[in-house]
Amino acid sequence: MTRRKDWIWGWLLIAPALVFIFLFTHYPAVMTIGESFWSTPRGGRPSRFVGLHNYERLIHDPTFWQVLGNNVLYAVVTIPASIVLAMVMAVLVNRPFRGRALARMAFFTPTILPLIAVANIWVFFYLPGFGLIDQILGLFGIGQTNLLGSTATALPAVMVVSVWKEAGFFMIFYLAALQAIPPQLVEAARIEGAGRWTIFRRITFPLLMPTTLFVSINAVINAFRLVDHIFILTGGGPDNASSLLLFYIYETSFRYWDTAYGATLTVVLLALLCLLAIGQFFLFDRKVHYR
Amino acid sequence: MGDMTGPILEPAATAATRGREIRLEGIAKRWGGTTALGGVGVTVPAGSFTALLGPSGCGKSTLLRIVAGLEDPTAGRVLIGGEDMGARPADKRDLSMVFQSYALFPHLDVAENITFGLRTRGVPRAERRARLGKVADLLGLAPYLDRKPAQLSGGQQQRVALGRAVISERPVCLMDEPLSNLDAKLRQSMRAELRALQRSLGFTMLYVTHDQVEAITMADQVVLMNAGRIEQVASPHDLYERPATTFAARFIGTPPMNILPAAALGATGARLETAAGRALEIGIRPEALRAGAGPWRMQVTGGEYHGADALVEGRIGEAPVLMRVPGQSLPVPGAALRLALDPRDLHLFDAGTGDRVDLPGLAQLIARPEDPAGATGAHAPHPNRKDP
Ligand SMILES: Nc1ncnc2c1ncn2[C@@H]1O[C@H](COP(=O)(O)OP(=O)(O)OP(=O)(O)O)[C@@H](O)[C@H]1O
Ligand SMILES: [Mg+2]
Repeated sequence: MTRRKDWIWGWLLIAPALVFIFLFTHYPAVMTIGESFWSTPRGGRPSRFVGLHNYERLIHDPTFWQVLGNNVLYAVVTIPASIVLAMVMAVLVNRPFRGRALARMAFFTPTILPLIAVANIWVFFYLPGFGLIDQILGLFGIGQTNLLGSTATALPAVMVVSVWKEAGFFMIFYLAALQAIPPQLVEAARIEGAGRWTIFRRITFPLLMPTTLFVSINAVINAFRLVDHIFILTGGGPDNASSLLLFYIYETSFRYWDTAYGATLTVVLLALLCLLAIGQFFLFDRKVHYR
Repeated sequence: MGDMTGPILEPAATAATRGREIRLEGIAKRWGGTTALGGVGVTVPAGSFTALLGPSGCGKSTLLRIVAGLEDPTAGRVLIGGEDMGARPADKRDLSMVFQSYALFPHLDVAENITFGLRTRGVPRAERRARLGKVADLLGLAPYLDRKPAQLSGGQQQRVALGRAVISERPVCLMDEPLSNLDAKLRQSMRAELRALQRSLGFTMLYVTHDQVEAITMADQVVLMNAGRIEQVASPHDLYERPATTFAARFIGTPPMNILPAAALGATGARLETAAGRALEIGIRPEALRAGAGPWRMQVTGGEYHGADALVEGRIGEAPVLMRVPGQSLPVPGAALRLALDPRDLHLFDAGTGDRVDLPGLAQLIARPEDPAGATGAHAPHPNRKDP
């Protein structure tokens, strides 16, 4: 009797949260999957069931493959780069020295700056002729560049901005993790004859593994979620050279209003993210030490 | 647990482990305004077990960390085996250390924890295995070698920390209250084991503790500290029998020594002060106070029954004192006891500085028959005096 009452109470209590999760997360996801099997309604033509047609189109869409390639390249470069950078910065500012608070703040600033501001700063850096980079290069007699405007350099230029922004954010997690490592462990290692590098390799780095797992999952998700930088820096161009998956989805759905194909691309992105997250858990699980 | 009676490691290992002397000269440590250590000088003989004893916050850990090289002294020198360690970082001082919290590496298993130092120093794998086997047998850790520290009991963790310290057979071992996290029974058995280990390996042990029983039972030499200074360096026996200051007198012994102003002993006290030429305080241990036919009186105000013995609370003159008596002979409150004092049980201290005063002819001064403490007819000789 009371058992049953508890049960009802329990459901009542989580009901509001459940309703919102279903309404705003699960329902749209399911709708998206459904939508990907239908055609985009246009003018007088209503939407109709087309089966796997949208997926077929996707397989033969060179832009999709280019964008996916861009995204993979983007992830493969920026994730390790920002994680390594974050770890190095955290280790550097975890030691006592004069002006430590200032250094920490400097490293963290890119993260708290609004995206638009960040992108605008970098637009200025990259500006052909007048930008900071060109002015510095000019001192060495190197001519004008157009880093954001040429297909070869547009994506790397966007990557640099991302690493610059992400590293400071991840550094905070590493800093917190470093401070949770009891100083006696490092002292004990020193007494046992370990130098700085050995201590990092055999003590600090393994103890940071849970943080690395957490940060890298976040980084992967961020890598496939990026649109805002691209808007301001390159607009995906030139010739899709710096377009990423989500930006392509945006363009398809809201610029060309091809919502069905947009849904199809979204499903692929979701599947990709799920796979990556699961893979990461299994891959890291064996190497991560949880206390 | 390993066999603690037989030879523990090979004789060759014992020779390699021969301890080194630690000499501290004028060590001071200040943090901003606070002075943790104010000029500490002491020598720890090679191969000895020296306990660093003192109340909480007196600077024991700080001193140990300075010896280890984890902290730099504000002034003074550390010499190990005659060599100045000033410029040498912790990883080059050739010593081992057991931390109060054990500081085991949580991501490494027991075997890896113990052999960590051997690996960083490039000892080949085969030798690491062999030494690990011996140490694990010695400390009874063989069944746990592939466990993580979190899967061990406190006592087992403690032994892992010990294993990590002894496997490399360094000439000096530092320990910071290694037993303080253990329960009373385990602590007792670990005390004996630690002592046996140190004896058989022959390294120099500097052992921090705030537990006087630990210091007295384990150490060859006790360094008693108070507020960043050394009060006394002595063997446990001398520390108990001849405390150098009133602090040492009060710190060692349970319950602590009674310290009375000389006036509490009436004319006897006055006589002692005249002979010494200064104001005195007189110390007498509760276990040295005895009822007898002496001229002094103790007013009983209360008592505590402890089983084997009992503590009698009372006053001599105005000064409160404690007296230890056999359990069955607890006097009732209100009674007045006559006391017999053996001059050898009296400790005299300068009332101003608290330093010990050695008065030649103390026995004669005490033995004078006139009875100024107010009691009449107290002329009988002390029944338990053995010296003239
Ligand atoms: N890093 C520090 N900064 C400032 N003061 C410190 C620091 N470390 C220790 N002290 C001070 O130095 C004094 C001695 O500390 P220490 O840790 O050596 O005491 P201890 O004798 O080991 O005490 P316990 O028995 O409680 O461990 C204390 O007053 C402490 O507050
Ligand atoms: Mg301490």
